Amino acid sequence: MNIGVVVFPGSNCDHDCRYVFRDVLGQDVTMVWHKETSVAGLDAVILPGGFSYGDYLRTGAIARFSPVMQAVKQFAAEGGLVLGICNGFQILLEAGLLPGAMLRNKSLHFICREAYVKVENAATPFTNACKPGQVLKIPIAHADGNYYTDPVTLSGLQANAQVVFRYCTAEGKVTHEACPNGSLDNIAGIRNAAGNVLGMMPHPERCAEAMLGNEDGRLILTSMVEGLKKIKRVEVVV
Amino acid sequence: MKAKIHVTLKQGILDPQGKAIEHALDSLGFKDTANVRVGKYVELDLQETDKAKAEVKVKAMCEKLLANTIIEEYRYDLQS
Repeated sequence: MNIGVVVFPGSNCDHDCRYVFRDVLGQDVTMVWHKETSVAGLDAVILPGGFSYGDYLRTGAIARFSPVMQAVKQFAAEGGLVLGICNGFQILLEAGLLPGAMLRNKSLHFICREAYVKVENAATPFTNACKPGQVLKIPIAHADGNYYTDPVTLSGLQANAQVVFRYCTAEGKVTHEACPNGSLDNIAGIRNAAGNVLGMMPHPERCAEAMLGNEDGRLILTSMVEGLKKIKRVEVVV
Repeated sequence: MKAKIHVTLKQGILDPQGKAIEHALDSLGFKDTANVRVGKYVELDLQETDKAKAEVKVKAMCEKLLANTIIEEYRYDLQS
């Protein structure tokens, strides 16, 4: 598979994403500079974490006007897999590829620690290597991860199983206390209605190999790669 | 023409920065302070001299970029 990792000025998890997809999972990786106007030839697009454009105005607010984002929108509209991690999630929200917005963490702190998330939907191209309800331990590192949307949109997300990850305790209980940032309904990750765009605040690329003591994040990235292989095989047969 | 634009979180949306400032003001002895809201202020010059046309432009800027209308509201003053 050829995985594209978009690089904005201020991205700082782009090389981690490249490392995991290329060196851990053995895939081809193409770094895509934000000035590019095409993502042709890529099998999936990753919007990595970081502080694109210094988080000026709002997180992700300026990045969404990057030339590459037009191409990413087109790619998503055609069903291409797009994963936004942390700042990438914030950019997807600002770009309107996912509904809602991010507020400052309730505590006002930048939170950098491991968090537990429950896989609420294991039937997505990003989670099908997980078991339904599985608890994953994945690091978070953000100041603006307090997900907000209006009540109507929230009910829609819940009804369509678009809430993919929710913050929980180590035992998998979704409680108020288990939510690190004040996120509505403990939301840690959502997908779009079509199911091919996922945004998540936790960083799966930071916990994808045994040497680091935690491989939970690998399940998400492996889901993507294996799912893409199946699609490719179908295309070859057709 | 100069546009002076204020962007704040909508009423009803938690403003943790506002809350923190409110607590700090309380510690300072300003006990009668309530509903502190923090916002952004943007000032810009427009070539446009027609106020109605300028207003259309500023409104579009706010809707498309300066404010995220899911969580924020905006108001502006135009001065020639």
